[in-house]
Amino acid sequence: MAQFLLKRLLQVILVMFVISAFCFGIQDSLGDPTRELAAMSMSDEERENLKDTLGLNDPLLVQYGRFVGRAVQGDLGTSYFFKEPALTVILKKLPATLELAFAASIIIITISIPLGVFCAIRPRHWFAKFTMAVSVIGISIPVFLTALALIFIFSITLGWMPSFGRGEIVEVWGYWSTNFASWDGIVHIIMPAIALSSIMLPLFIRLVRAEMLEVLSSEYVKFARAKGMDSLTVYFKHALKNTMLPVITVGGVQIGIMVAYTILTESVFQWPGMGFMFLEAVNRSDIPLITAYIMFVGFLFVIVNTLVDLLYGLINPMVDLVSGK
Amino acid sequence: MALLTIKNLCIEFPGRHGTERAVDEVSFDLSPGEILGLVGESGAGKSTIGNGIVQLLSAPGRVSSGEIFLNNTKISTFSSKEIIKIRGSRVGFIFQDPMTSLNPLFTVENQLIETINKNLGIEDSKEASRIAVDLLDQVGIPEPEIRIKQFPHQFSGGMRQRVVIAIALAGDPELLIADEPTTALDVSVQDQILSLIRKLCRERQVGCLLVTHDMGVIASVTDRVAVMYRGKMVEIGKTAELLTSPKHEYTKSLISAVPRSSKKIERFPLVEYIETTAKGLKHIDVKTHWLGQGTRHENIQDLLEIKDLNLSFVTRDAFLKKNRKYLQATRDVNLTVKQGETFGLVGESGSGKSTIARMVAGLQKPDSGSIKFDGVELVDNPDPVAVKQARLQMQMVFQNPYSSLNSRMKVDDIIAEPIRFHRLAPPQEIRTIVGDLLDHVGLGRAAGLKYPHEFSGGQRQRISIARALASRPRLLICDEPTSALDVSVQAQILNLLKDLQDELGLTMLFISHDLPVIRQMCDRVAIMRHGRILETAESEDFFEHPQNEYSIELLGLMPRFDKIYEVEATV
Repeated sequence: MAQFLLKRLLQVILVMFVISAFCFGIQDSLGDPTRELAAMSMSDEERENLKDTLGLNDPLLVQYGRFVGRAVQGDLGTSYFFKEPALTVILKKLPATLELAFAASIIIITISIPLGVFCAIRPRHWFAKFTMAVSVIGISIPVFLTALALIFIFSITLGWMPSFGRGEIVEVWGYWSTNFASWDGIVHIIMPAIALSSIMLPLFIRLVRAEMLEVLSSEYVKFARAKGMDSLTVYFKHALKNTMLPVITVGGVQIGIMVAYTILTESVFQWPGMGFMFLEAVNRSDIPLITAYIMFVGFLFVIVNTLVDLLYGLINPMVDLVSGK
Repeated sequence: MALLTIKNLCIEFPGRHGTERAVDEVSFDLSPGEILGLVGESGAGKSTIGNGIVQLLSAPGRVSSGEIFLNNTKISTFSSKEIIKIRGSRVGFIFQDPMTSLNPLFTVENQLIETINKNLGIEDSKEASRIAVDLLDQVGIPEPEIRIKQFPHQFSGGMRQRVVIAIALAGDPELLIADEPTTALDVSVQDQILSLIRKLCRERQVGCLLVTHDMGVIASVTDRVAVMYRGKMVEIGKTAELLTSPKHEYTKSLISAVPRSSKKIERFPLVEYIETTAKGLKHIDVKTHWLGQGTRHENIQDLLEIKDLNLSFVTRDAFLKKNRKYLQATRDVNLTVKQGETFGLVGESGSGKSTIARMVAGLQKPDSGSIKFDGVELVDNPDPVAVKQARLQMQMVFQNPYSSLNSRMKVDDIIAEPIRFHRLAPPQEIRTIVGDLLDHVGLGRAAGLKYPHEFSGGQRQRISIARALASRPRLLICDEPTSALDVSVQAQILNLLKDLQDELGLTMLFISHDLPVIRQMCDRVAIMRHGRILETAESEDFFEHPQNEYSIELLGLMPRFDKIYEVEATV
């Protein structure tokens, strides 16, 4: 176990190093931040002074060295716009995004597993065929269109749902702001979560179905039947657990991607999360914030992957993380 | 009183191109404590009968007519709810491959106890786990209290099959259906599993339906045997009588096609019933033909010399070198193959015989040692041209004809590829040469326009052989070339290899776990275990007077025809 985690730590360092180099490389071509920061009437001399204080006139390698040195200490720079440490800005926006991704994951898991299993064990049933057909449509429609359609139908036409924002949020543990503590918050998160899950959900249904079909044709499922197990035990004990192995591998990564790319959903619903923040940061050429965001998301990916591997090892007895096989 | 009675059973598989009758009017019965063998080649419908009894046919198969009685209860008309009650509790099942018939994610205990709960109606978990441990003990698993907590992957193949048998017996069934229970196992393990099945059937008075394609298994364990051919039962009778004096033509030819372990014969008798080779093929004179011209017949003694060959695989990787664990695949292997002979490598799975073949063919690099082909060193030779020339003269025929041919290429292109790649013939002649090769291996040149999936296993192996011949090799490495084939097809392929060897003066390195086949094919043999060669001998000497203890044990375990009498005597 220790060996596994140590290996992972080395990987994290390598990945973060590559990402930081990449982020730093693109900084130059992102435009002059002083243009956004400075007042209209600022003279060139004043602007140069500002650049000096921000360290933008130093050689690139010096800037990079400074950047890495600070990043190691948890300082990813100060946002030009918010005038606050970039990491603090991101961490403030983090709960909104994580809760949105969490809600979407709940939707995906609770719907895709039963539907996928059903489509696998009753492939000729009309509902299975219907689900398969709809899932193709679901995959093909872009997220922002689904989001706009939801707003048009449920917020504008019917007036049932709020169309933007997080609604009433409650602070817990002094830091985390949650949607799940009030009815208003829950109502606000429903539509963004549906929109965010709309691409992944059909993918997962198809994935669960395909894996389940594969497992159902395996010898041990036949043997389980031959030793007298009833269909429910065969499907939900013997087959489902085996189906989940590849689903966890693919699914974990997909959910990681979902956290990272909430940008579209968040901007349509004006959701004050990391994605929305990133979009604004790009508009404002807020380079430290952009860099910090990319590095943070990279970090998140590695963490999610590690968690997925640990979970996989927990379910599959053939993977022995303890002895590092 | 019969335990199981089957009357005029028909099983059909409706398909897009009409209904296929897999089992056609089959009738037999089985008494308690009796072992009835169902023998036949692939597609004969023998497994289908076993699955049909407990309604485990894969869709869209169905029992179309006929009756099945279990202890005078008609079970062929049972609904799926009723049949579930029978499965496990009255009919136990053993499948072919113990590696896949246990669920990898649950402990042996879990899988045994759910069977006990359901079939014996015991809900008390202490009681159930006591029974489970007891069952494992009965099937010969040492330290059952500890092993029961383990997962299937922690057991060896033979041990897993014992677990499967324990699960099959957990419901205390009256009937046991064993579908090729030992086909995936090594000879020594096969012997143990067969005696175990036999012992349990006798002790518990369980009737057993043993489905197999292996005549040796039939001879050594069954009381009666039924021979299946294309869905029909052609003959049934007492094992000893049927094997010694078969009445039906098919049975006769099937039995004659089984390689004998007792004496060597020149050619295998063919089963004309099955696959006849295409007629009217062009005969080529090897002396004048392109095929015969590539081979230089210099009278060298040893074509292939292997010295101190070592290879180990990392089985457990670790950051520090001292923590890594290795599996020594081959250990100081020394052997020489003489020009023109067939050299057999025998051993159980994991003994390293295929690894040697792969190293000779250059598919695997040895850790140390030397491989010399016609005097040219192949390991770490600084002259790549010489190595390439030597490699050109050795070709390989693989075990599985289903996966060793590229399914997207036409047969013509598959065979022409080595000729084109090595520029062995002018481009305009390649087509003719490929056609001649196809004729020569008994397929006919028309076969060249088809794709591999249009051929049967035996035909595909002919394609593999033609492809191997296309570079005009002197050494043919055959890695279990007939293990995936039926007996009748095996006879044809082995004959073909013998013919080719005579005509072309080929030298063969022949790898097999099947001792009778080795006896028929090889001039000299080396027996391997745990990566070492234990004994090298003239083939006849080896079979008549084995020197090594392990060789004696292995030969003793080999299921064979002449063993029937011993069995009869002990019953």
